[in-house]
Amino acid sequence: MLDFDPKIIAFCCDQSGYPAADTAGTLKLKLPKNVEIVRVPCAGCIETIYLLKALEKGADGVLVFACYEENCQFLRGNLRAKGRLSYAHRMLEKIGLEKERIEICHLATNSGAKLVETLRRKSEQLKKMGPNPGKL
Amino acid sequence: MKAGSNLEKVLEKGLFAVTGELGPPEGNDVSVVKRKADLLRGYVDAVNVTDNQTAIVRMSSLAASALVVQMGLEPIMHMVTRDRNRIAIQSDIFGATALGIKNMLCMSGVHHTFGNQVDAKNVHDLDSIQLIDCVRTLRDQGTLLGGDEKIEGKVDLLIGAVMNPFADPFEFQAVRLAKKIRAGADFIQTYPIYDMERFKEWMKMVRDRGLDKKVYILVTLCPLGSEEMIHCMEKDFPRTAVPDEIVNRIVKSENSAIEGVKLCVDQIREIREIEGIHGIHLINMGWTEITRQIIEMGGLFPRPKI
Amino acid sequence: MIKAEQKPIDEILKYLNPYNKILLSGCGACVTVCHAGGEKEVELLASGLRMARQKIGKKIEVLEITPARQCEPEFALEMSETIEKVEAVLSISCGVGVQTLVRHFQKIPIFPGVNTSFLGETITHGVWEERCQACGNCVLEKTGGICPISRCAKQLLNGPCGGSSKGKCEIKKEADCAWQLIYDRLKTLNQLYRMEEIIPAKRWGVESRDSGLRRIIREDLKV
Repeated sequence: MLDFDPKIIAFCCDQSGYPAADTAGTLKLKLPKNVEIVRVPCAGCIETIYLLKALEKGADGVLVFACYEENCQFLRGNLRAKGRLSYAHRMLEKIGLEKERIEICHLATNSGAKLVETLRRKSEQLKKMGPNPGKL
Repeated sequence: MKAGSNLEKVLEKGLFAVTGELGPPEGNDVSVVKRKADLLRGYVDAVNVTDNQTAIVRMSSLAASALVVQMGLEPIMHMVTRDRNRIAIQSDIFGATALGIKNMLCMSGVHHTFGNQVDAKNVHDLDSIQLIDCVRTLRDQGTLLGGDEKIEGKVDLLIGAVMNPFADPFEFQAVRLAKKIRAGADFIQTYPIYDMERFKEWMKMVRDRGLDKKVYILVTLCPLGSEEMIHCMEKDFPRTAVPDEIVNRIVKSENSAIEGVKLCVDQIREIREIEGIHGIHLINMGWTEITRQIIEMGGLFPRPKI
Repeated sequence: MIKAEQKPIDEILKYLNPYNKILLSGCGACVTVCHAGGEKEVELLASGLRMARQKIGKKIEVLEITPARQCEPEFALEMSETIEKVEAVLSISCGVGVQTLVRHFQKIPIFPGVNTSFLGETITHGVWEERCQACGNCVLEKTGGICPISRCAKQLLNGPCGGSSKGKCEIKKEADCAWQLIYDRLKTLNQLYRMEEIIPAKRWGVESRDSGLRRIIREDLKV
């Protein structure tokens, strides 16, 4: 197990993930090192290619923070995100990368603690997995 | 007379016909054909020789039928359109009639993916109605399908077709029978019947159109001697409905084999009372031995000698 | 439109094994509609190929292009300059697109990245179903607009087989029996008399797929 800080891209949706990150800040909860937050209007805006490109361009893991299934303000954005993650997972499995490198987490605006906990867990998991062997 | 076969003579005379079934071996073991022919000889007016039934590869119906002729029994050669194009079909008909075969049953055949060569290419150059028309053309016009030149010889065949009274759409089945008759069918054999009430409804539709006067109708029956046979029946004839009362009667009886035979004999009695039926076709799903007993118990032995 | 599905990526990686710089070419027409080979799929596959090869220590450079239609000379020739820079082309257009490129770029290997499956209809987003087999002599007028060649497993032309039940085909419970559909449609149109007509055998060898390589030539259009 290498000692490194996994690079994580966290896509945060404006209706849940991003306010949750804000809440985490207010509660003075620390994010793991090397996490980059990418703000999106809705998880449904995340094209599958962003998930793969993130890994290709150097990330070790990708997290998508989206609203709970029935709560998407744009009706099915989070379901679209789920479908796209499923495509990305299939691609990763077929090319021999761990599908756990990309994950979706559902939460609400005030879930600051959950957001931080999820990122910490992912960071630990990625440390064990090792750096992404697919990054160019 | 269209073919002068024994089956045709029995039907023409208005006698209640009985046909049986012989499944060729899954190989070239002639003793299988002989054993089955020996069991049926004298008990049936003609015997159906199946053609790669359920898309399982067996000795061809043509070859097995020719052997049956040699063994002193009259075959009804089957032909499915699934496995051969019109060239092979007409070629096989020339060969079959040259070898003494006088009856032929035309059908499309169960889809090949049910069988043991699922990677095969599907043929279906013709459908069953076009096949009936093809045989009729060879026989009555003396030319190939769509051809002008006369063939060398004469094709005399009694043409049969298959009908499933329980297929959907139900209302269309009488129309479909009419189409087969117009294409040239001389006789039909139904799918195995268990639901008598529904069958009687179909017969009424048939009689209302006068079709029973235009084609000989033989009803297929099959004794169900075990639960396993019931499953095989539903698998081999995907749309045969075995009503629950019958399943229970067989499965819950003390001796399923005896009960199955009794039921079959009861069915024969019931069928003979329906107007417009010209005979029965007794199949056995491998239980060839029981055919004699059923024919005797059904009051159909001895068979007429014409 | 033509429907296709991407080949398994390990199969594609096998084809590309000897090459280190390729062009991945999609198509803006049919394969875009069925999400097998459009611009998005080009991007996704390119990313996957790069990461897969990076992982095994054998880097591959993948150029990306998605012409409007890969089956026409003008669009194919637009790729000339780019093709000169690569060792091989992976085309995720249908089989027609692959062969169009082969005809115009004879010195370079062109590999198929999809399996062309059938001519079909979009039922709903993400679901496509076969509707036509290009038999060459359309019978849809006789069957209420529903094709028995492509939708009946036995290509029957005169009504359903004995295996049709409750509107479903004997071999696939998910498949509707084409002749049940035709019957229902003709009933709705008050044209059930069409079911009584005997449709003669198809001329497979003369006007259909068994007549050899088929061509259509319009002299009036050849300027």
